[in-house]
Amino acid sequence: MAYLDISHVVRKFGGLVAVNDITVGLEQGEIFGLIGPNGSGKTTLFNAINNYYPANSGEIIFKGIPITRMSTHEICQLGIGRTFQVVKPLRRMTVLENVMAGAFLRTNSATKARDKALEILNFCELMPRKDVPAKDLPIADKKRMEIARSLAGDPELILLDETAAGLNLVEIEAAMTIVRKIRDSGITCFVVEHVMKFIMGISDRMMCINFGSEIARGTPREIASHPEVIKAYLGEEYAKGK
Amino acid sequence: MAKKSWFLPAILGIMAIAFPPFLGGYFQHVLILVMMWIAMATGWNLLGGYCGQASLGSAAFFGLGAYGAGLLYLHWGISPWWGMIAGPLLAIIAAIPIGLITFRLRGGYFTLSMLAVCEAMRIVFLNWVEMSEGPVGIVIARTWGYQKLPYYYMVLAIAALSLYVVYRLMKSKLGYYFVSIREDQDAAEGLGVPSTKYKMYALIPSAGIIGLAGAFYMNYMAYIEPAVVFPLIISAQMILTVMLGGPGTFWGPALGATIFILLSEVLRAFAGPVIGTVHYLLFALILVLVIMFLPNGIIGDWDKVKGAFRRKKPVYVGGE
Repeated sequence: MAYLDISHVVRKFGGLVAVNDITVGLEQGEIFGLIGPNGSGKTTLFNAINNYYPANSGEIIFKGIPITRMSTHEICQLGIGRTFQVVKPLRRMTVLENVMAGAFLRTNSATKARDKALEILNFCELMPRKDVPAKDLPIADKKRMEIARSLAGDPELILLDETAAGLNLVEIEAAMTIVRKIRDSGITCFVVEHVMKFIMGISDRMMCINFGSEIARGTPREIASHPEVIKAYLGEEYAKGK
Repeated sequence: MAKKSWFLPAILGIMAIAFPPFLGGYFQHVLILVMMWIAMATGWNLLGGYCGQASLGSAAFFGLGAYGAGLLYLHWGISPWWGMIAGPLLAIIAAIPIGLITFRLRGGYFTLSMLAVCEAMRIVFLNWVEMSEGPVGIVIARTWGYQKLPYYYMVLAIAALSLYVVYRLMKSKLGYYFVSIREDQDAAEGLGVPSTKYKMYALIPSAGIIGLAGAFYMNYMAYIEPAVVFPLIISAQMILTVMLGGPGTFWGPALGATIFILLSEVLRAFAGPVIGTVHYLLFALILVLVIMFLPNGIIGDWDKVKGAFRRKKPVYVGGE
C-alpha cells in the first residue's frame, strides 16, 4: 500500500462531478505533481484529502490509517499539512504569530512554539518579515508564510495548492528552492500547480486530470509529451517547444 | 505588550484603590458600576473580541450568576455570598450545553442563536414561579447596609481578576488559537485547531466572569427579577462597550465600559430631567460614529485617534 493511498474518490456538487473516480498512490519522500485545466478538480481533491469537503465515495488512507471520515483538524494532527490556493492568512496576526499558531499543534508551551516558529521562518527565509501583520504582506510572502505555518506543525505530508500562481520568475525560483528543501528534510509533497516551469521542474512523478478524471500519469517529460495532456491543457505550441 | 504600556494602567490602578474612600456615596456607586461593567465587557471580549464569536445573549450568564446567588438564599437560606462561587459555576454549567448547540452556527447565526438562548432563559425564570419567584423577584438583606466601600473593593477585585484571567489566557496557546479562529476558522482547522473545542474554552471563562459579575450584582443591588438581569439591553451594552473601546484588545473593553458608564451617569444625572431616557439615542449615535470612523474601537484605532488631533502636515507632490 502506498504512503498516501487515494482510491476511487468521487466528489459531486449537485449534478457536477468535480472529482470522478480518482485513484492514485504517493510514495514517501517524493514530490508528486498534479496538473489540470481550470475547474478540473485539483483543489477539490485536496479538499477531499483533508476533509473540507468530504468525498462522496471512495477511500483515502494515510500511513495505513483510513482518514476519509476524520475531521480536518484530526487529519492535520495525523501529519498532513496544507496551503491554500486562495491564501488564508490570519490577517491581523503577525507573520511570527501565524507560524506560532501552526507550531502549537505539537506543543502547549508558548516559548517552544516561538522557538519552533523562528526556526521555520529561518528555513523559509521569512525572518525579515516576522513582525509584519499578515494582511500587509505581498502575495509571494503570503504564500511562503502559508508554507511556513503548515511546516511549523511538523507535517509528514504537505499539500501545496498553487504555490507559484501569481509569482514572478525570481519568486518562482525561490519557491522551487523551498519545496526542494522541504522534500530534502523528509516531507512528502503533493503539489497542485498551473505554472509549468514550477511543476515540471520539481516533480518526481505527475498526474494530469481533466473534468475530474485522470488522463495521464508519468514523469514530467512523459506528461509534457502525452497527446491527451496536450489536447486538454498545454496546447500544441508548448509541446513542440519542448 | 511593551513594558511602557503598563505605566498608565498602574497609575490608574493605584488611584482606583486609593481614592474611593474620599468620594461621596453616589460617586462610589458609579465606580462600582464602572468596575462591574469592566469585568463584564472584558469577559464578553474574550469570546466576542478575541475568539470572534459575538454573542448577543451574554446577559444569560449574568442572569444565571445573579440567580445562582439569589436561589441559594431563597430556597435554603444560604448566604448569597456563597453565590459568588455558585453563580459563576451555574453560568459555566449552563454554558456547556449552550455552546455545544450554538457553536454549530457561525457568524451572525451564532449571534442570533445566543439572543434566543437569553430570551429563553428570561422566559423560564419569569414563568417557573416555584423555582424563581417569577416576576416578584428575589430580595435579600444587604450585608453592609448603605455602605458602598466594601462592595467597591469587592467589585474592584472582580474586575482585576477578570483582566488577569484574560491576560493569562491570551498569552498562552489558547489565545493564539482563539485569534486564529476569529481570523479564519477554515485556516485554523487546517492548522489542526479543533475549532468547536477552543470556542468552548473561550466561552467557559467568559461565562464564568460574566456570571461572577451577576452574583455580585445580586449581593450589591439586593433585588433581582428576570426583567432586570436577563434583558437584551445588558447583552447589547456589553457589545457596545467593547465596540467603543476596541474588540480584541486587552484594555479596550475596560476603557469602553468606563466611558460608557460615566457618560450615561452624567447624562442621567444632569440631563435626565430634561431628556429622560433619550440618552440611549445619544449612545446609538456614538456607536454609529464609532463603527464608521473607528471600526476597531478607540484602542484598536488609536493611531487614527491620535492622527485626528495632530496638525496635518502639508503634502508635497514629488517630495520636498
